[in-house]
Amino acid sequence: MNPRRFVARLAFWLLIVAIAVFSIFPFYYAILSSFRSGSALFSPALLPDRVDFANYVSVFVEQPFGRNILNSIGVAVTVVGFSLFLGLTAAYALGRVRFKGRGVLLFTILGVSMFPQVAVLSGMFELIRALGIYNSMPGLILANLILTLPFTVWVLTTFMRELPKELEEAAYVDGASPWTVVTRIFLPLMWPAMVTTGLLAFIAAWNEFLFALTFTLSAEQRTVPVAIALLSGASQFELPWGNIMAASVIVTVPVVVLVLVFQRRIVAGLTAGAVKG
Amino acid sequence: MAEVVLKNVSKDFGSVKVIRGVDLSIADGEFAVFVGPSGCGKSTLLRLVAGLEDISGGDLYIGGDRANAKSPKERGIAMVFQSYALYPHMTVYENMAFGLSLSGGGKAEIDAAVRKAADILELTPLLERLPKQLSGGQRQRVAIGRAIVRNPRVFLFDEPLSNLDAALRVQMRIEIAKLHKEIGATMVYVTHDQVEAMTLADKIVVLNAGNVEQVGAPLELYHHPRNMFVAGFIGSPKMNFLATRVESVSEKGLEVALPGGGSVTVPVRPDGLSAGDMVTLGIRPEHFGDLAESGSETGLSGTVDVIEHLGEATLAYVKLADGTLATAKIPGDAALREGQDIRLALPGSQCHLFRGDETALPRL
Repeated sequence: MNPRRFVARLAFWLLIVAIAVFSIFPFYYAILSSFRSGSALFSPALLPDRVDFANYVSVFVEQPFGRNILNSIGVAVTVVGFSLFLGLTAAYALGRVRFKGRGVLLFTILGVSMFPQVAVLSGMFELIRALGIYNSMPGLILANLILTLPFTVWVLTTFMRELPKELEEAAYVDGASPWTVVTRIFLPLMWPAMVTTGLLAFIAAWNEFLFALTFTLSAEQRTVPVAIALLSGASQFELPWGNIMAASVIVTVPVVVLVLVFQRRIVAGLTAGAVKG
Repeated sequence: MAEVVLKNVSKDFGSVKVIRGVDLSIADGEFAVFVGPSGCGKSTLLRLVAGLEDISGGDLYIGGDRANAKSPKERGIAMVFQSYALYPHMTVYENMAFGLSLSGGGKAEIDAAVRKAADILELTPLLERLPKQLSGGQRQRVAIGRAIVRNPRVFLFDEPLSNLDAALRVQMRIEIAKLHKEIGATMVYVTHDQVEAMTLADKIVVLNAGNVEQVGAPLELYHHPRNMFVAGFIGSPKMNFLATRVESVSEKGLEVALPGGGSVTVPVRPDGLSAGDMVTLGIRPEHFGDLAESGSETGLSGTVDVIEHLGEATLAYVKLADGTLATAKIPGDAALREGQDIRLALPGSQCHLFRGDETALPRL
């Protein structure tokens, strides 16, 4: 190997290591800290001195963290369900049915996602209070849909457009109704896209903080991100870093597992439609 | 089984008129073929019959009932698409059973229908496969099977063979002809391939720019084209057209001048034309004769520009005295050289004459 190529190789691997460290280190440090307590938390050592699950236990003991996790799962799953159902049916209308103002409507939907969350916060608050769903899961679900629907609709619409028109026409000739076409022809073909967008929607709803903070009041109704942020220590002046880190690790694991399980589907979803099959 | 009747049917997309008032009647059990250059509206016309596009004006009757507002299913039609349009996630069996299961047939009944169709099309060993595991010809057969299973009154084919290779196309063409004999349903077939049109059709409908140019049996269109468009479209290679002038009118027909001198008498009714009127002389490449053999005096002379050997025939592109390039189809391997002078016999009985407005003069 000539020296120039060796240097190029070395630089390439150094870059990869740098990227890996940059993306993995924060999570590693969180895991590391979650095993520490007391003054050990403030030691800069990079290797665990001992593995202690005390923080993991106290997270569940000191507040209704189990309940918070269930809330998060409930909200995220329902949001995914609604997003996919509404996204699929909207995608059929926007991608397949010719009507006036379709382009405008599509861009309005995209426009919704351009506003920062804070901008819609007060309006959303009024809406949720008027509907009487403040400090409840339906309130959070409704609020989260504003985050997930725009991109679900967009991705599914683009995907729907890629499906050959003849398929739909063949189904009509076979006597199918639009609903049958969506559920029995398009849905099975859209699975990769559904899984990908569903997963993204799940992560968005799972990690959502601002709405969850604003629209809940009691500890029992909180979702995980808010619960973690509001973890308090023994005194007002102490931040329970150990507990916070333990809680963070607990809520990250489901997302990591989901991504690993659906990994192949996601890749299929992201590249499907690029090449005619 | 049903007849299909179109009365003044038109279709526009916005301000673009795609079909302009088509009147057409396809009898029960007839095999009708729509042909025309691309963009002539033949596929659109088929889709209007299928119910995949709304009819802008006029009436469509299928089996005597007005079908304008009916859904494809209510019309009792089945369609075979150019791209096959098989449901990719369903097996061959499910593809064929889909339509029947939607209309709520019994399981045993569906099974019998699918197996019968699979038997006709020799698909039985493939029933459990997915479309992606099939070859092009097999996919096409599944698409046809999906149509047969529903036992429709009218079969519609939208360029079904254009995605197949040449050998398979001939084979499938024969299979479709056999199928039509076997089930005897009304079939409407769209193609741009005139060999398919000539071989399959009971009735050919030649379309051009949304108008029906001529309707008739294949040989009728070949021998008695109504205008220059049909004359040029039916037959391959295309008919030669020579601009010329009427020399004299007699009871034997019209005598017209030939480029490079001489004249030929074409047996057509003069229909009011007189000497001096401009006409177009049409002659098919395969109707030029060998001057020495025919012993006829009338002929065209020119120089051979390009020669194409097809094996069973030779195509000679001949530059005539007035500069037009005429195609002559000479049987066998003609011993011709490029640049050589040639004289082609022009049998008057095989010629066509067209008026200035491109309509044909009726033959005597």
